[in-house]
Amino acid sequence: MAIAVNTPGLRSSFRPVFEREACDGCGQCALECSFNEIRMETRAGQKIPVANGRACGACHRCELTCPRGAIRITGEPLALRPHGVWRPEAVNRIHLQAASGAVTLTGMGADTDVPIYFDRLLFNACQVTNPSIDPQRELMETVTYLGRKALSWQDLDGEGERGYHRSLIPLSMPLVFAPMSYGSINLNFQLAMARVAQKKGLLWYSGEGGLHRDLYPYSDCVVLQVASGRFGVSREYLQLGRAYQIKIGQGAKPGIGGHLPGEKVLPGISETRMIPLGSDAISPAPQHDIYSIEDLRLLIYALKEASGYKPVCVKIAAVHNVAAIASGIVRAGADMLYLDGYRGGSGATPAIVRDNVGIPLELALAAVDQRLRDERIRHQASIIAAGGIRNSADVMKAIALGADAVAIGSACLVACGCHVCQRCNSGKCPWGITTNDEQLAARLDPDWAEERLTNLVEGWHHEMQEIMGLNGIYDIGSFRGNRLILRGVGLSDRELSVLGIKHAGE
Amino acid sequence: MCGIAGLISQKKIKENGSRIKKGIVLQTERGNGLGAGYAAYGIYPEFPDLYAIHLMVAHRHGLEVAQKFLEEHFFIHAAGQIPVWDRQITDHPLLFRYFVEPRRYRTEQKLLQQADDYTIEKVMELNRIFEDAFVFSSGKNMGVFKGVGTPQEIYDFYLLDDYEGYCWLAHNRFPTNTPGWWGGAHPFNLLSYSIVHNGEISSYGINRRFLEGFGYYCRMQTDSEVVAYLLDLLIRRHKLSIEEATLVLAPPYWVAVEQQADGPLRDKLLALKIIYEAAMLNGPFAILAACTEGLFSITDNTKLRPMTVGRAGDYAYFASEVSALYEMEDGLESVTTPRAGQPCIVRLEESDDAAHCLEPDYAGKGA
Repeated sequence: MAIAVNTPGLRSSFRPVFEREACDGCGQCALECSFNEIRMETRAGQKIPVANGRACGACHRCELTCPRGAIRITGEPLALRPHGVWRPEAVNRIHLQAASGAVTLTGMGADTDVPIYFDRLLFNACQVTNPSIDPQRELMETVTYLGRKALSWQDLDGEGERGYHRSLIPLSMPLVFAPMSYGSINLNFQLAMARVAQKKGLLWYSGEGGLHRDLYPYSDCVVLQVASGRFGVSREYLQLGRAYQIKIGQGAKPGIGGHLPGEKVLPGISETRMIPLGSDAISPAPQHDIYSIEDLRLLIYALKEASGYKPVCVKIAAVHNVAAIASGIVRAGADMLYLDGYRGGSGATPAIVRDNVGIPLELALAAVDQRLRDERIRHQASIIAAGGIRNSADVMKAIALGADAVAIGSACLVACGCHVCQRCNSGKCPWGITTNDEQLAARLDPDWAEERLTNLVEGWHHEMQEIMGLNGIYDIGSFRGNRLILRGVGLSDRELSVLGIKHAGE
Repeated sequence: MCGIAGLISQKKIKENGSRIKKGIVLQTERGNGLGAGYAAYGIYPEFPDLYAIHLMVAHRHGLEVAQKFLEEHFFIHAAGQIPVWDRQITDHPLLFRYFVEPRRYRTEQKLLQQADDYTIEKVMELNRIFEDAFVFSSGKNMGVFKGVGTPQEIYDFYLLDDYEGYCWLAHNRFPTNTPGWWGGAHPFNLLSYSIVHNGEISSYGINRRFLEGFGYYCRMQTDSEVVAYLLDLLIRRHKLSIEEATLVLAPPYWVAVEQQADGPLRDKLLALKIIYEAAMLNGPFAILAACTEGLFSITDNTKLRPMTVGRAGDYAYFASEVSALYEMEDGLESVTTPRAGQPCIVRLEESDDAAHCLEPDYAGKGA
């Protein structure tokens, strides 16, 4: 049974199907597929593409680049005898693991059926008594300031008339680009995000990979990360950013650090991260100078001192006791709290962690916002909500639950071609996003990506304004934390109480 | 749709409720009989320094419990039933009033702020703890009179011909989002701040959570009450002027502020918008508010609810409809309609800067 022993796993459930009559044998598909699913063979004197049926991950690159439109990706369920427990994914994962003995890595956010509460929340709308406002005709404003705010006008003690707002970060709308490091994604993609952030008055986050020199012109709208690996952190780095982010945890992998395999540590990355070429970039699970909340306070203030008192953001994953942790972080001096939920994305993460650790963003966000209000420290830090935001409705629901701003990461990838094949960790992204392979990365034209991201942001902005307008609200400030705008459907009393909302019909 | 009327004598000349009644009764069509009310300032000159607590209770037992609570926390200098004529409105709660002084802070001038805070805390506590008892007026030398009925019925019920005040507010309610009950009628009051409101506050959900962070408890099942609490917070506790408070409640647009030339005014407008984001009112509203300083109106930035102002000598009149202004004073010298978002403030003559509509040159409103 030698064959069975070597079998790494079941065949893929996806497969390119070629329309033989349309195909002219140009071979483009074989070049485009970075997973070697397709090879060209000569049969009866004719070149034809052949699929091997093992590697297709449904990225749709071949289908969408075929000049003759002759390819279709099909998905067929594996013909295993149906079993409620031993579903194909479970069987396949064991086969793969038994062959490798390794931790199974994956990319993107959790693909489990843990409830997406956003889909159980519905907005209110004006009818008769409070007229809706038409965003096409009336001003509809989404200006948002992030950072530590004063509790009252008195507290400012005259500072209000001397430019108090300059200590805060203005956004044209409550949207930021989530941290994705140079290394996990390539420079083209970071460049596109940076340009859009600058052009549109948003923020982008560097992630833990440092800041490449080419992106210095965009440092006025970047939040630079200081993660446990301290990659790229230099004296200069601590002067450049608009704000700094201490990464404690990530929604896709709470409790563990990032890792970038040595083969992805190419010259640009090596230089930016300040590590040797080809060496593994393994971030420790905890920050090794933070073993308590007091230590966090030290680092927050060390960064403030080093940067000339720029705002400091602390990023944590949504875990069980998140409200108490958040309260500690705010009291430790953080000006922003970045909350990354269970469905948050990742370039490479153990599937077992991604799918089984942490709690959904909606519950965590509601709990944190309420806790900070109960403790009367909500004004001291802005909350940035992240993790599986798919559309403008998710954004507005998060805002209504209490977020000051919302971060999008995976949505940006999707806007630039990603088809969520969940193989970011392979470094072979056929769309040229989560890869630094020179040829693959060249597939992502930064101008095109900039245009796509601009369109995404503009489209969402229009929709956000629609949602405000139909609720009769012309300023996002009256939407923020306004949970009466939301109603739950099909949720238990317990869930409603954590979310702090009423059930539909109430 | 609701109706609003108000009048003030800047010289504090007192009159009974007959003129304000004419102003609001003319607007009977703006309500549906499910709520009306009045507020009058200067009506209790015999107890100018005592908090006048107006209490409504559902039954005798509730009264005893609430009264015990008040006795525990206040010295009660005088007490009694609020006189009513109940031939027309027969189904009403028990209505009592108490003239009180906080036990903790006597009404010494230097402890005024603490005494006010204490009184608010106890009023909120009473309203929260006792389901059947409800304080609907707590200011000094002023009182709110309200209930379920038409403006004429409520006026007659409370015998408002018998009170003499220098500033009057009136409201005629057409409830839509919340039930018509005695506590839900306007005006809403906290200490010296009383408001009447026409419209709906779409930002209520966050205004309420914001206020809870400062110890205010919303109980009246209606959005308008937050305005009275916000005024107390902004003006009394955070020491904003009336002008600044109106800039918080109906702030200029961001684009208007950003177009301002750099300088202290721009910085201040930005700071107020940022700090008090959650206090901003959204939705359609025309609000008339009274306090010991005077009477002032605010409308939303798109002016989805009406407000007009008339002047004659030292008097100012406010109403939802121009006709109601003339009903109160047929010799008006001027009638103006504030532009969208433009506040109009009339102070008593003892203060400087007695009356003006804020020019919206920096507010960018009404464009």
